[in-house]
Amino acid sequence: MPLDLVLNVVISGVLTGLVYGLMALGLSVIFGVVRVVNFAHGEMMTIAMYAASVLFAALGLDPFVAMLPIAAAFFVFGYALQAGLINPFITRPEHSQFMLLVAVAIIIVNAMLMIFGPDARNVQVGYQLESFELGRLLIDKARLYAAAAAVVATAALFGFFRFTLLGKAIRACSDNYLGAKVVGLDVKRLYALTFGLGAACVAVAGCAMVLLVEVTPSLGPAYTLLAFVIVIVGGLGSMGGALLGGVLIGVSEALAGLFIAPSAKSMFSFGLLILVLLLRPQGLLGRRS
Amino acid sequence: MNRRTFNRNIALVGAAAALSSFGIARAQAQKLRVGVLLPRSGFQGFIGQSCQKGADLAPGVIKEILGVDIELMHADTETNVDTARTRAERLIQEGAHVLVGPFDSGAAAAIAQVAEQRGVPFVINIAAAPQITEQGYKYVFRNFQTAIDIVRNGLDLIGDLFQATNTVPRSAVFMHVNDTFGQAMAKGIGALLPRRTQLPFKIVDSISYDPAAKDLTVEVSKAKASNADFLLLVCRLNDAILLRREMVKQRWDPMGIVSPGSPGMYEEQYFKTLGKLSEYSISNVPWYNPNAKLTRVVEKAFLKHNPKDKLVFHGLNVGFTFEAILVAADAFRRAKSVDPKTLADALRQTNITEKMTLGGPIKFNEKGQVEGIGSACVQNLNLTPTVVLPANAATAKPVFPAPHYKKA
Amino acid sequence: MKRRVAALAVLAILLLVLPGFAGPYALSVATLILYFAYTGQAWNVMMGFAGQLSLGHSLYVGVGAYAAGALFFHYGIGPWAGLWVAIALCVLLGVAIGFLAFRFGISGVYFALLTIAFAEFTRIGFDHFDWIGGPGGMFLRVAQRDAWDLANFRGPPLMYYYTMLALTAGAFALCFFLLKSRPGYYWQAIRENEEAAQALGINTFRWKMLAVAISAAMTAVSGVFFAFYYNNLFPEQIFHISRSIEIILGPVIGGVGTLFGPILGAALLTLLSDGITEAVAALGWEIPGIKQVFYGLVLLLVVMFLPHGIWPPLAGRLGLRKR
Repeated sequence: MPLDLVLNVVISGVLTGLVYGLMALGLSVIFGVVRVVNFAHGEMMTIAMYAASVLFAALGLDPFVAMLPIAAAFFVFGYALQAGLINPFITRPEHSQFMLLVAVAIIIVNAMLMIFGPDARNVQVGYQLESFELGRLLIDKARLYAAAAAVVATAALFGFFRFTLLGKAIRACSDNYLGAKVVGLDVKRLYALTFGLGAACVAVAGCAMVLLVEVTPSLGPAYTLLAFVIVIVGGLGSMGGALLGGVLIGVSEALAGLFIAPSAKSMFSFGLLILVLLLRPQGLLGRRS
Repeated sequence: MNRRTFNRNIALVGAAAALSSFGIARAQAQKLRVGVLLPRSGFQGFIGQSCQKGADLAPGVIKEILGVDIELMHADTETNVDTARTRAERLIQEGAHVLVGPFDSGAAAAIAQVAEQRGVPFVINIAAAPQITEQGYKYVFRNFQTAIDIVRNGLDLIGDLFQATNTVPRSAVFMHVNDTFGQAMAKGIGALLPRRTQLPFKIVDSISYDPAAKDLTVEVSKAKASNADFLLLVCRLNDAILLRREMVKQRWDPMGIVSPGSPGMYEEQYFKTLGKLSEYSISNVPWYNPNAKLTRVVEKAFLKHNPKDKLVFHGLNVGFTFEAILVAADAFRRAKSVDPKTLADALRQTNITEKMTLGGPIKFNEKGQVEGIGSACVQNLNLTPTVVLPANAATAKPVFPAPHYKKA
Repeated sequence: MKRRVAALAVLAILLLVLPGFAGPYALSVATLILYFAYTGQAWNVMMGFAGQLSLGHSLYVGVGAYAAGALFFHYGIGPWAGLWVAIALCVLLGVAIGFLAFRFGISGVYFALLTIAFAEFTRIGFDHFDWIGGPGGMFLRVAQRDAWDLANFRGPPLMYYYTMLALTAGAFALCFFLLKSRPGYYWQAIRENEEAAQALGINTFRWKMLAVAISAAMTAVSGVFFAFYYNNLFPEQIFHISRSIEIILGPVIGGVGTLFGPILGAALLTLLSDGITEAVAALGWEIPGIKQVFYGLVLLLVVMFLPHGIWPPLAGRLGLRKR
């Protein structure tokens, strides 16, 4: 197997993994703090992707530019969703939460089908099919930019949680729910804020993803599953963990596809998930709760 | 409520239900009710909606050419096998005399069972799994090629392509989706290619991929590394688009992308999304004959129903869906009855020579399968799927290798 | 108590005579309802009794179906023998998953994700497993459809209906007796507060494993039925996560942990799905996807306002509550 082939594949795996990590970031934040199993996560990203494609078709907005308005809209949407719908479910058993979000997911997927029809949509920006050439290595431009966006977004979020008062308050809620309430934190509002932030992350991920993948109404469920795998592997509530998990999944899938059978590469993600769950359930960078 | 009223109520309910379930059997010999099962939502939604166009124009055209009245009953299989089954049952319950559909092999197998059990004829429009007509069914008919036929015709056309363009590619990399269809095709190629000694190429690498994969970087990297002359591809629509894009990103320009028979590269989305990049892709698929008389009639009806669309983008889907209904109507015309057994017998005697798709007449063998359905070499030229082979149905000459071919 | 027995008897009689006045379509729908009722009940043993959320139950249906199906396809071994192999395999799998999970202290959402991972892993694995047909699927030969041949499980739809009815009734009875027995009380204790149960000296590990094993075994039977009723198996369909979701819809909507919940839930959901399709068609709103939107909305409303499912409040209304 020629070295440049392996290198190309690994680099692509890392870049794709970073974008996956960005997608999982939102879930990690939501799951890590609010402890809600958001099974409509992939579907939310699908809405963001459609939004990006619509903005591109109507206004010619490059998805990276569209990230800002869409993320803002999603923040509001996430906030409202949590405050309005999901909040009473935090104390409910998991299967209730799961059912609630499955119902939401069904509604979203089919509403998308009704509105946009079954045909795939995408954006066509100029640099989408170009690659950087470094000797024998070819690096996909769009993928590189998307990965860069992922890193920036993660850093921003990390900074928010580490250095701002609000971020610390949210972390307090996640660490010790009762204690936070005792100290006088408005936990409900903070939860809603967190969900909003998570949703905004998903929006950014969607805008990045729409450059790489075409969006169809039924795109969501596979990404929901992938996001969960990454979050568990990387560690709940850990932002770096989400990226790391994403990269790990991206690279392992790429290598499995290269050396074994491409059609079986997802098996490795699930195998990895099983191993992590058994050996280190808090994930690679997560903390034991 | 005492026991007497309870019993009486039960009896009334029972009587009402019994009467209602018999209500359908009123004589309706004038109109043939055709139950059309297609995936209009779910993962295969866009294909189902494409096939639907063939169904919608059928009653009008059939009335014109056969003078027979048919009534369509629509059902959405939702790309779900259970739904296909219950929808089929429902259609039969509501009085469908014959079933047509369902595009997908899994759904076809499920509906075939229902049809066989209820003794209602089922004419398959598009489904390639060979096993469907190997189960000894008496009420299941298929006017479409099995995967083996598709491969055989596809390989023959590839040979014709090389001859017509005077090229001798020595190696091919074979990529295929790992699903029901892709696997059947791969098996067919594995069985038939070695025996086709007149074909100059060998397959140097075989790469199967997940049809739902959103990232085909690894697959294309592997294919590129094989240094093959051309790409032999069995795909579906979304992955075909992904692959083509990835090939550009990785700067891989083989002599061409040739499909021995699969959907994807001739579909409208492929052109719309890829624009110029869609040019020169070749699909060897069952297709309609652009020069056939019936094609003109269907095309006119198609444009009336879909003024902003072109038949050529739905060639396979519309052609075979329409023909399935045509077959049913033709049997009805000869049987002069809607009794399912009579219809089935009439179907077995089908011999339609005036047809729209390529190949020999529509005649079912003892397994309910039509033999001799033709394929065409359809190349994307000027953003339109164009028949380039066989010569008698061609509207342009094939272009191979593609102009941007760079020797690896 | 008398009321409950009477109500049960009426239901049983209705179900027994249903084929007498139901057309073939209604019969196939009824068979489907019973299938989901039975499988939901099997899932309920793991969830409702032992509190373990399994979101990958399609694994057992699939393995059971393929085990019996493959034996029939390759060696002509009939379903009754294949049944035991299916059950054995599924119990082994369930016990393995349970062991791994409980031993490593995985519960709640993590357990659920573990079950999903196993189901997905198996799905992709079977897609590459040529002996059982791979993605092309396995087609079982149907010898005849007219006479009741219980030995080979071939016959008219009526036979399948009554078989499923018997299975569902059997599951109901089994669960009833289980709940009243010692394991039943232990399960309740574990479900309410596992730590307290352990403190009381209950070997929670053993009883959880028992629940998993019983659930897996029951679901295996479901798989065997599936194989010989549908006669074609595709890994993509039978192991798919949407099937796992379908299985749990009934019990969750009907009432997790209750005896009657899964049956009621399965019936309501199937009728709802059909009803919406008819209503949408009648109103002329033939937009693909609209039916599922309504379906999702109803699910949403039920989950939001009836957190314990429909059966508990309904039972109260009908005066069938346990005193």
